[in-house]
Order: sequence, then C-alpha cells, then structure tokens
Amino acid sequence: MKVGLSWLREHVELPADLTEADLDLALNDLGIEVEEIADQRHSVQGQLVVGRVLTIEELTEFKKPIRFCTVDVGQANGTGAPQEIVCGARNFAEGDRVVVILPGGVLPGGFAIGARKTYGRNSHGMICSAAELGLSGDHDGIIVLPESLDAKTGDDARPVVGLDDIEVHVTVTPDRGYQMSVRGLARELGHSFKARFTDPGFAPAPGGTAAPAWPVTIQDTLGCDRFAARLVRGVDPSAPTPDWMAKRLLTAGVRTLGLAIDITNYVMLELGQPMHAFDADRITGGLVVRRATEGEKLTTLDGQARVLSAEDMVICDDTGPISLAAVMGGQTSEVVDGTTNVLFEAAHWDPTMVGRTARRHKLFSEAAKRWERGVDRQLCLVAVERAVQLLVEYGGGTAGAEILDLNHPGDPTMISMAATEPSRLIGVDYSVDRIGDLLTEVGCDVAVYDDRVDVITPSWRPDLRQPADLVEEVVRLDGFENVPSVLPVAPPGNGLTASQRRKRSVGRALAEHGYVEVLSFPFVSAGALAALGLPTDAVRLANPLSDEEPLMRTSLLPPLLTALKRNVGRGQRDVALFEQGLVFLPDLSAGVPPVMGVAGRPDPALWEKANASVPAQPWHVAVVLAGEFERSGWWGPGRAASWSDAVQAAREVLSAAAVPDASITVAAVQQAPWHPGRCAAISVDGAVVGYAGELHPAVCTALDLPKRTCAMELDLDAVPLPGPTPPPVFSTFPPALIDVALVLASEVPAAQVEAALTEGAGPLLESVRLFDVYTSEQLGTGQRSLAYKLTFRAPDRTLTVEEAVAARDAAVAVTAQRFGAVLRGA
Amino acid sequence: MTYRHDPYDPKQAAMLDPAALDDAVAAADKAFADANDLDALAVQKAAHLGDRSAVSLARREIGALPPAAKSDAGKRVNEARTAIQAAYDARHVVLEAEQAQRVLETEAVDVTLPWDRRPRGARHPLTTLMERVGDLFVGMGYEIAEGPEVELEWANFDALNISPDHPARGLMDTFWVKAAESATGATESGLVLRTHTSPVQARTMLSRKPPIYVVVPGRVYRTDELDATHAPVFHQVEGLVVDKGITMAHLKGTLDHFARAMFGPDARTRWRPHYFPFTEPSAEFDVWFAEHRDGPRWVEWGGCGMVNPNVLRACGIDPEVYSGFAFGMGIERTLMFRNGLSDMREMIEGDVRFTRAFGMEVH
Repeated sequence: MKVGLSWLREHVELPADLTEADLDLALNDLGIEVEEIADQRHSVQGQLVVGRVLTIEELTEFKKPIRFCTVDVGQANGTGAPQEIVCGARNFAEGDRVVVILPGGVLPGGFAIGARKTYGRNSHGMICSAAELGLSGDHDGIIVLPESLDAKTGDDARPVVGLDDIEVHVTVTPDRGYQMSVRGLARELGHSFKARFTDPGFAPAPGGTAAPAWPVTIQDTLGCDRFAARLVRGVDPSAPTPDWMAKRLLTAGVRTLGLAIDITNYVMLELGQPMHAFDADRITGGLVVRRATEGEKLTTLDGQARVLSAEDMVICDDTGPISLAAVMGGQTSEVVDGTTNVLFEAAHWDPTMVGRTARRHKLFSEAAKRWERGVDRQLCLVAVERAVQLLVEYGGGTAGAEILDLNHPGDPTMISMAATEPSRLIGVDYSVDRIGDLLTEVGCDVAVYDDRVDVITPSWRPDLRQPADLVEEVVRLDGFENVPSVLPVAPPGNGLTASQRRKRSVGRALAEHGYVEVLSFPFVSAGALAALGLPTDAVRLANPLSDEEPLMRTSLLPPLLTALKRNVGRGQRDVALFEQGLVFLPDLSAGVPPVMGVAGRPDPALWEKANASVPAQPWHVAVVLAGEFERSGWWGPGRAASWSDAVQAAREVLSAAAVPDASITVAAVQQAPWHPGRCAAISVDGAVVGYAGELHPAVCTALDLPKRTCAMELDLDAVPLPGPTPPPVFSTFPPALIDVALVLASEVPAAQVEAALTEGAGPLLESVRLFDVYTSEQLGTGQRSLAYKLTFRAPDRTLTVEEAVAARDAAVAVTAQRFGAVLRGA
Repeated sequence: MTYRHDPYDPKQAAMLDPAALDDAVAAADKAFADANDLDALAVQKAAHLGDRSAVSLARREIGALPPAAKSDAGKRVNEARTAIQAAYDARHVVLEAEQAQRVLETEAVDVTLPWDRRPRGARHPLTTLMERVGDLFVGMGYEIAEGPEVELEWANFDALNISPDHPARGLMDTFWVKAAESATGATESGLVLRTHTSPVQARTMLSRKPPIYVVVPGRVYRTDELDATHAPVFHQVEGLVVDKGITMAHLKGTLDHFARAMFGPDARTRWRPHYFPFTEPSAEFDVWFAEHRDGPRWVEWGGCGMVNPNVLRACGIDPEVYSGFAFGMGIERTLMFRNGLSDMREMIEGDVRFTRAFGMEVH
C-alpha cells in the first residue's frame, strides 16, 4: 500500500513537523512494515521554479524541430535576466507558464542539469515534463501550468506540480486487512502520535430505502452477507478524473481508467471497501448473487475467459454471470467510454470464498487481497455514499433516490478476557483500566470489571477472536519496549542425543581426513539417477523449481557429484567432498494421510497412520573424491585417490560412530554406480549399511566426471548406536612378533585370510597386520603372497618362543586347510 | 700435587719417581688437549691410560717395593692416574659436545619448505553455526529436536493454526509433494517440503509433556529462485518453550541472551509487532550488531511470539494451564551478516575454497 501523507493527514491530526524518521519509527512500532518513505520534495534537487516563456525561436536546421527560448524566472537566477533554454517540446507558446530547473539541479534518477551548448546555442537549465519530474509518464510534452494557478515566476514549483508530499509505502501483515486503507493507516498513526482521528468509516450515509436501487436477489447469504447499491444517472461520459484523485491513484500504483472506475478504486484505497461500478444500461434485468455452476463461463475485465467453479460466487443478470464476485468484474457490464448511468455496488463477501476463488483463478486483484484479509462489513453504505458524491461532483450526474441495502448480519464477536491474561502472557503488570483504555483505543466496545474485561470487537477487526488476540493489542499499543528482559530457567536437560553426537563426530572425522563438507540442494533429475544406475522411483514434487529436477534425492551422490564437477571445473584438481543429510525413500504403497482436525490432540491411531504415509528419510553420509588424495611434492610422489580411500572413508565414519572394528565386514560386491570389480559392501554386525569404491567408468563418462572418481555412501541411521565402551584389555608383558608370508590363490579376499589367521591363532594373538601383497612369475599365475605381521602376547606371562611358534603354526594351518595357503620360505 | 716428605726408599723404582709421574700427567694433559676429535682422543686414552701407559707400568713396579714404601708409592700412582682420567673425562665432554653440535648442524633442514601433501578438510559453516546455536541452548538446559523434511501438511500448516484457506499458506511458497499415481484417486498427497522448522514444534508437543525447552535447527524449503539473498533450500533454527508461567518477558530475556552469545556483549534485540499464525502476540526482532562490516547497526534477525492457544490445543496442551514462546531465524542470513558474506549462492555451490575458509568451526 502506497499513499501520500497528505491524504492520511485529512483523517488524523498528525504533528505538522513530523519527520520521515518519526513516521518510519511509528509505523515500525505499530507492526506496519515500511518499504519506503519518500519525501517528494527531495526527489528533485536544486532550483525548480515557475517560469514564463518570453520568446520562442524555432530552430529548423536539425532532424527534429528544436526551440530556443527565453524564460523569465524572476529573481531565481540571481540576475532577473531572461534564462536562455533549448527545448525539444512543442506543446507551449510564448506567455505560457512552465516549470524550469536551473543549472545545478538534479532530476530523479541522478540526471544533473548544467549550462551547456546544445544545437548550437547555450542552454541554461531545462523546461521539465511530468515524466522528468518523476510524476507520471502519461502526458506528452512539458508541463504547462494553468493560468488559474496562483504562482509567481521564480516561485518554488514543487508545491505547484504536486512534488510536496511524503509518499508512504508500507506492507501490512495478512491479519490486518483494515490497514490496507487510508482509514486504517490513519487510525494506527493516531495511536502512535496520540493524534485525533476522524474515522471516515463513520461518515454519515443514508440507510437503505424501501424501494431498491436495482432489483437484486442474494441466493447464497453465506458467500455474500451484505449487498448495497445506488445509481447515478446522467453522468457526463467525458468528465475527466480530477488531477488530485489521479495523482493519489498514481501514487498507489493504480491505473486511471475513467472517472467512475477511478472513484471505486479511490474509495477502496480510502476506506478499504472494494467496489464495483456497472454500466446500468448494459445490465439486462435484475441481478442475482449466487454460486456459479460448475463450468459456467465469464470473461473478466482483464480479457480472460474463465471457466467457473461451483465454489465461486458470481453476480448475474438475465444473460448469466456478469461479474466474478469480489475478485474482478466482467467485460459485458463494465463501465465504458460512453457510460452515462452508473450503478455502484459495495458488498461484503466471505473471505474464505474470495481467497479460494482468487487462488483458483490466480487473480490476486487489489480487491481480492483486501477480502482475503478481512473487510469491515459496516462500510458498504458509507462507501456507496462516498462514491455517489464524488461522481455527482466530478461527473455531473444525479444520484438515484433509491438505496439498496440487503443485509444479513451475523452476531458481533464478543470476547471475555480475564483481567490477568495480558500479564500472564506478557510479564508486565497491566491494570485492568489500562487494558480497557488500550482496547477502547483500537475500537473495541469494552466493559471493564475487577476480574475481567468483556469486549465487543470492532467490525473492521475480524482478526480479533480470542483473548490472546486482545493481549497482542495491549502489548502492541503499550509498547514492546516496556516488556522486561527475563531469562527463564529451564529444567536440567539431557544434552545432545547419541545420534546427534554421532553426526558431529562423523563430520569432524571426515573433515580431519581431508574431506570438505558440502550442503547441496536435494533436488535431482530422473536422468541423473538413471545415469548412476539408481532406481528412478523417488518422491516427486508437484511444483518443482525446475522441471528438470522434480525428484527428491534417494542418494546423496547425484548432487554431491555435481559439486565435485563444479570444483573441478573451477580448477581444483584434487577434490574430496563429503555431505551428510536426509535422503527420501518413496513408498508407493503408502496412502494419503488421514484428515486430522485441530480442535485437540489427534487420535493416536490417526497420528500413527498419518506418519506412516510420510516417506522414510534416513540420514546418510557420503564422500566423493577425485585427483590426488595425497599430493606429490618435494617429499616425493603423490597418490591418486583410489577405491581404497573410499573404503577407508567408510571405516573413518564407522570409527567415529564408535563401531568396533570387529563388527565391520568389507566384502566385494557389484552395485551401481560403482565399478563392478572395485566396490565394497560395508556391513556392521552382518547388515549392509553402505557401499564404497571406484565409480563405474561409464558413470564417469556419462556424468563427465574425472576418470576414476571414487565414492562412498552409508546409511548412518542403519548403523547401530554404541553402548557403553567395554573396558580395554591389554597386557604389559613383552610381545612375540612373527611374520608370515602366505602363498595362495589371488581370488581369496584378504579379509577372509585375516579372519582365518585370527581364528587359528587363538587367544594369544594380539593383532594381525597385512604389510605386503606380492605377485610374481615364480609364485605362478593366479597366486599371490600375503605377508602378515602377527603379534602374540599373553596377559599373565612372557611367551616362550615355542608358544608363539605353536600359535603361528595353528594360524597358518587354518589358512592352509581353508584356502590351500602355503607358508612361503618354509 | 703434594707429597709427604717421607724418607726415600733407596730401592725405589724409577717409574715411581714423583717427577716421572708428574711428567706422565703433564704429557697426558697435553696429548688430550691436542686431540681434536673423539677418535684422536680414544688413541691418546690408550696411550695415557692403557696397559702400556706410564701410570699402568708404574703401578706394576709397586710390587717390587719394600712393604714400607708400597703404600706411599701406590698413593702417588693413584693420584697420577686420577688426574689423567679427570683430564681425559673433561676433554671427552668437550669433544662429545662438539661432535653433537656438528651432527645437529649437518641435520639442519629448510623448515620453510611448504607441506601440502594432504589437502585440508573443513566443515560447512552452516553446519557448525547450527551446532554452535544448539550448544548454546543445550547449555541452558534445552534439548535439540528434529523432524522430517518431507512433512505432513497437517504438521506444517494445520497444527500451526494455518488452515487451508489461511492467507499465510499463500505467503509461504510451498513445494508440494505429488500424489503417488497408484493412490486411490487422491490428487493431493497431504505432504509438503516443510516451509519452516515449526512443524517440529507440533511433533515435539505431541511426543513430550511440558515443560518443553527445545531448539530445532534444520533445513527448510520455499519456492524462491536462487539469487544472492534467496534460496529455495535454506536453514532455520527455531526455539520452543512451553511451561507454566512463561511470558513474553522470558522470550525477550532468551533472545537478548542469544544475541549476546552470537554478537557480543553489546548486542540486544529490538522488537516490532508482526503476524505469524502460530504465535499471538507476534513480533519481528532486530539485533544490535556492533561488529557489522558496514558499522554498528540494527539488523533484522528473526520472528517470535507467544505460542498461539490454537496451536497448543491442536497439540493437546491446555492453554489455560501452560503458556509458551517460540522464535526462529534464518541460519544463512545470520551467517551472512555476522561474517560479512554478500552472496548466498556461495554457501550452496560447494566450492571447497569457500568452506575451507571456515575450517572446523565458524568463528
């Protein structure tokens, strides 16, 4: 909403010396968001004065006609001599009064005016058009001031052209529809400045007459509970909209469309009552206000042919719908250039209905915005009266004697509030009298008792429905600055949950191992999933931001790989990234959640059923890496990121998640999007929790990723949370260290060999570590040597050589029996 | 060296002569002093303290002396040997120190050589900022609550006093989940991407009994195009307290404390009335930020209010007995003005140079 302060001042006696800062602060404190407060007097800098054109010399040697003028600007130029100005406009004559900006001035948009040579003449300043002054772009040519205007040459031209107002541009919150009007804003400013407010909503207006202004039937009084109308006959169709009204509409961003329509918009801005002007001669028969029938058609004022729903309300004549009620009028009955008989309508519509209609037809007109937020149902007659008076005054018509007022009022809203309620919720000790005064100030009808206040809410405040709403008005007008700052003491809490601590540990562990965290958007395309060989069943958005990516990620990898690619594209060659977050697993069998009310806690069975329809959203962690994981440098060669780094990342995650090594198994597996020979399934206690390895070369090609890009993804929610750490057991006796090199078939996984050694060595084995993998022609094809360092130790004694060797032999024996392993060099 | 003036034994051997011993000591002193390294010193040690050395030969001659002279001569030889050993030891210490010094010198390296063998990892500042906020409130006794991002429409809207026809639904540009095609002809899934962290309020109130003190950091979604100050996916942190006797003064105290913890001791909040369906009264608040990159100023920070009785009722809490407050703010926005960032896209693109700048924790 954008209005000039001068309009507000017509209804509230604001201090004369009100500054923009005062106004800004006041509006903020009222809860009205200030978009901009612009003092038009500052929009043009320097001297902007009234001048009288003395001479015009036509210069014809240029492509377009140019005028060299002398202009009397009085003493404004300091000398009183005529000002020489070159001008391209032609809509003025010698003797006309014009608006001149003198050298040194600056027009809106930072356009500085100087003395300069142009078209072969010296030009000292500029004769201004309305557009150049930021007033409007509607008129061609420069401003020619009417002779009737009381201004002398050399006078400041700002007040003359209307550059003397303060434009106030505010956004109101959706609960306070009444503020979308001069009436509402003036009322609010009255609170701030303790200024007298004269409510135009209570302007005198005659009541309905027995004879109707037009035959009207309301068939649905839920959708429309009030309908007022009055005719103005014999309007001069050529009567223009007065400048002051056009200027106010322009300020508000409303186009001028002719006097009758401009008046309806003007009244809407002033009072907050949306109105409609019909051409009475284009209405056929009586009007009927009813729900539309499904599929009925109406072409609205914007030229759109609309198919109506059975929920929409329409105003019909004998030809069918002529107006989409409360939202937009129809073409067949609108006021046109030759209209002489105007029927003004002001009604009161159901906000819910209007909101739905506006959304259904995507028609968020100024009227619809007000209806949705609530319009005072007592305004209809006042608005009609105001509109009729304006049209009679400026359009020269005659007001009809008949006034229609179909009124189906509901009960007024009454709220009884305990006198202690504001104090209970705010923590400020408000007296019951103070509460009564503040609520009276907002327009409530208040009865104050010792223990409570009983309130009838004002007709323009449908948002006031419960005591908490009244409490808000109390604290708003009393001021938030009066609320003390008191820190409440919470009962002792339990700290972070195990799962929350684990997410942090995992993030820190990966970062400490060189991975950089990414938080990517979880939107993916079916193509990206398919390129990774992942199923394309996914949670789908009805209104995705991009039609390309309508799906929610089922894996962290697609967006994470995009981030990897972006980094590579920006010149980072060695990239290791990680991400933690939710993935969204569709459940096609899940039904739609049941309907649940809000009157009380939902029935537990219903709540459970509702949650069953929410897709599973496990917490995943993933890494992607490419380039060198260890760089080459003066210390020696680097090491390319490999499948083993990805597997190791999984181990780092599980280690941070306090999963003991003994619970982890790593096994070869074929799984998209990984390389079929370079992918490990990671299991905890036998259950697979994720995969790691090198990506399939085809995936790297398809997604244009660096060759041998590696990746790991784990479902952290599938990893069991740790119990208390068991006490560490270790011996202080000396260890016996024995190396063994086993020759066996290459396809036997190292993990199984290690398991066999561990099993065979028995309890004396403290640790086993693979330190070499070796193949050679001597070993034979398909054979390899695995060299292990075995550490034996007893808890209670120093081991003898014989004991250690016996344990070693037992370990080797199991590998021999299980895999045919031969002790190398034995 | 001093000698007792005992009578000489005429059969005294020449080696035991005090002058000869003095000479031996003097010769050893000189030889040790002349040795320039430990190897040379070892040679001289053999010469002056070894089996063939003067003092060793002298000791052997003691046996030939008459018993009366033995004690005296033995003492002389011992004194001489002790003196030589002491000279050796002293020289050894010196030469050993010199040798150690030489080794250290040869082992010196260029410590200015760069070492970037392992590129550094880092955590995202949005993650660590959310953790920091969480820790602050956990320290005050709050707990951290969580909820799903694909959320029930009921929890995101209805339970929060945003009915299907409420204008606020239109204001929050919502991503709707498409109904599964196999579903029973339903055109709406009843699911949304949560537009705020507030559905976790409803979930918390349904799963816990008051007193409730929780904070909810998390990811939320709005259908905003990505630009420097808007993103369709962003993060919020939200606080909820439901207890007996909770007032707006408590809300103010909590936010003022929060502001000081995040923005320094001078920070405080300034409020203006606002509208949120799930709180009544409601306010937006600014924070006074003395360290702002463009100078000290008020900065818009978040929204807050007293939990609307309708919300308490929908979650089975009696608004006559309990009252509560809630507040929330954007994490991206907080990070941006706190750390002087100007483009939200940097936080989303995943450029490692952005994230590395924040290290393991946002400061």
